[in-house]
Amino acid sequence: MSEIVLESQGLTKQYNGFAAVDKLDLTVRQGEVFGLLGPNGAGKTTTILMLLGLTEPTAGQVHVMGFDPVRQPLSVKARVGYLPEQLGFYEGMTARENLFYTARLNGLPREEARARIDAALGQVRLSGVADRRVATFSRGMRQRLGVADVLIKRPQLTIMDEPTQGLDPEAAREFLGIIRRLKSEGITILLCSHLLHQVQAVCDRVGLFHQGRMVLEGTVSELAQQVLGSGYRIRLEVEGLDGLEEPLQRLDGVLNVRRAAANVYELAAESDLRAKAARAVVEAGGSLLSLAVEEPSLDDVYTRYFQREEVQDEATN
Amino acid sequence: MKRLTERPKRDRRREGSPWTGLGAVVAKEMADHLTSARMFILELLILLTAVGTVYVAAQNLRDAGVEQFLFLQLFTTPQDPVPAFVGFLGFLVPLLAIALAFDSVNGEFNQRTISRVLAQPVYRDALLLGKFLAGLFTLMLVLTAIWLLIIGLGILVLGVPPSGEEVARGLTFLAATIAYGGVWMALAMVFSILFRQPATAALASIAAWLFFTVFWSMIAGLLAQTLRPIEIGLPQEWLAQAKLDLALGRISPNALYAEVILATLNPAVRSLGLVLPTQLHGAILGAPLPIDQSLALIWPHLTGLIAATILLFALGYVLFQRREIRA
Repeated sequence: MSEIVLESQGLTKQYNGFAAVDKLDLTVRQGEVFGLLGPNGAGKTTTILMLLGLTEPTAGQVHVMGFDPVRQPLSVKARVGYLPEQLGFYEGMTARENLFYTARLNGLPREEARARIDAALGQVRLSGVADRRVATFSRGMRQRLGVADVLIKRPQLTIMDEPTQGLDPEAAREFLGIIRRLKSEGITILLCSHLLHQVQAVCDRVGLFHQGRMVLEGTVSELAQQVLGSGYRIRLEVEGLDGLEEPLQRLDGVLNVRRAAANVYELAAESDLRAKAARAVVEAGGSLLSLAVEEPSLDDVYTRYFQREEVQDEATN
Repeated sequence: MKRLTERPKRDRRREGSPWTGLGAVVAKEMADHLTSARMFILELLILLTAVGTVYVAAQNLRDAGVEQFLFLQLFTTPQDPVPAFVGFLGFLVPLLAIALAFDSVNGEFNQRTISRVLAQPVYRDALLLGKFLAGLFTLMLVLTAIWLLIIGLGILVLGVPPSGEEVARGLTFLAATIAYGGVWMALAMVFSILFRQPATAALASIAAWLFFTVFWSMIAGLLAQTLRPIEIGLPQEWLAQAKLDLALGRISPNALYAEVILATLNPAVRSLGLVLPTQLHGAILGAPLPIDQSLALIWPHLTGLIAATILLFALGYVLFQRREIRA
């Protein structure tokens, strides 16, 4: 087990009696990318603010790298990078000047600051526009500058709040690449987002946040097992044959067969039946065009979870 | 890495100095002020006013053949239709001070830089004080530069160097002007914390300034008449009313500043309040007061101006500390 970077126990924040965050237990380990998911207003940003010591918890404890953000906010903030959802820069200043201010606030001496700024701008590929005013930057460039801003302090943990929201697909893809690179450099990342496929693409573990509570936590496949139930979904594309349902249904361990399109079949099975299914198709005289086990998608988990919640809510009401 | 169970007993004190990063904030804010177009326009305005009024005053003084305190009169001599420089300062300084501070805090919120800045290892204390000090230093820089310019211009036109006492009185006047600017800057800062929109904060600051400049003396007079009415016409009644009027009037920083100017730049002023004929017994009217006596006269005023600045800053500080950072 690697070291614990972030740990909270019973963390609670109430605004006028309403619990924005309710008894949150969260553990993030060194080197992992943890995705915090949840609908808007689920308490993600409030949690982040408490982790950074920018808002005081009503109850509970947090430790970030062993420091208490309430009493030792400077130690926490010197080690944790934060990329806020509402990311802003001083528009009239150049990219380099903005980063220099951050460096000075972190107490870096001039020379060291210059070296780190050059390195950080290089990492996010903004070296060419370093001396342009931020007012001229696109949203994607600003977001990358935000990462450079975080890198200045050489953080051990970086918290990103909705970093890819509002980016075009190309910029978002590029940004996910940056996240992977940071991870490979050993930086732990806490990523808050509701863009599920992106979270799934980069996160090692995810936690689902709902009404101030962490309702699900684990790897995507663990969550899929919890929410979607166990089982494999196998997808076959077949040519030159009709009526494959029956032979497929006869296979051991097949729970269900569905014809999704004219020549596409979907199997729900207890185990990975790809080899047997392929043989069954060939023996029945069809030609198999493609065969795949569908990865459970976070989208499915998320949608199913909230559908279930709604049903339960209606039941209890 | 410490686990929760090994954690030492929670220390109630915050770690580190609240002023960590203060220097960085001051440097950045001052650079902003000194390069902004807004400041350039105001500085130019004050500079032109200074050169114009002082040049006219100097010409006037040279022709009139005044002997004493020439340099002080550079600031105070009006030449129809041009008022004296101090008359302009009464409203140019508040304008400058308000321009320096009205968007200091809400600007950070509007540019969405606040959460990024506060995620750095600094306290809010450093950010707010840094912004205030940067504004104050800018104000000092501008006013001192203009003060030196006026003295220089005076030497050039009048052809004599200022005496030690003139320099001392001039410096007191400069210090008082900075303190007066500080009050308005602290007020504009409070409004910049209170209001989300910089325009609202600017308007509120200017409204407050107009209120104290134009209306407060009227209100003070009315209040004095109501609270201390003259029913029989006794001298005591007149005296009580006039005293209340004066005391109420001095709530306005403008009134305080005007009295400070009067006492520092005009050594013949012996008192800033009411003077009864008995108190004038034995006084040589028109004879200048020594500087320490003039200072004694304005000491409460200076204290008042500085205290108002500190109180307003403290109010802003409390408001800012309680402010939620999330936009």
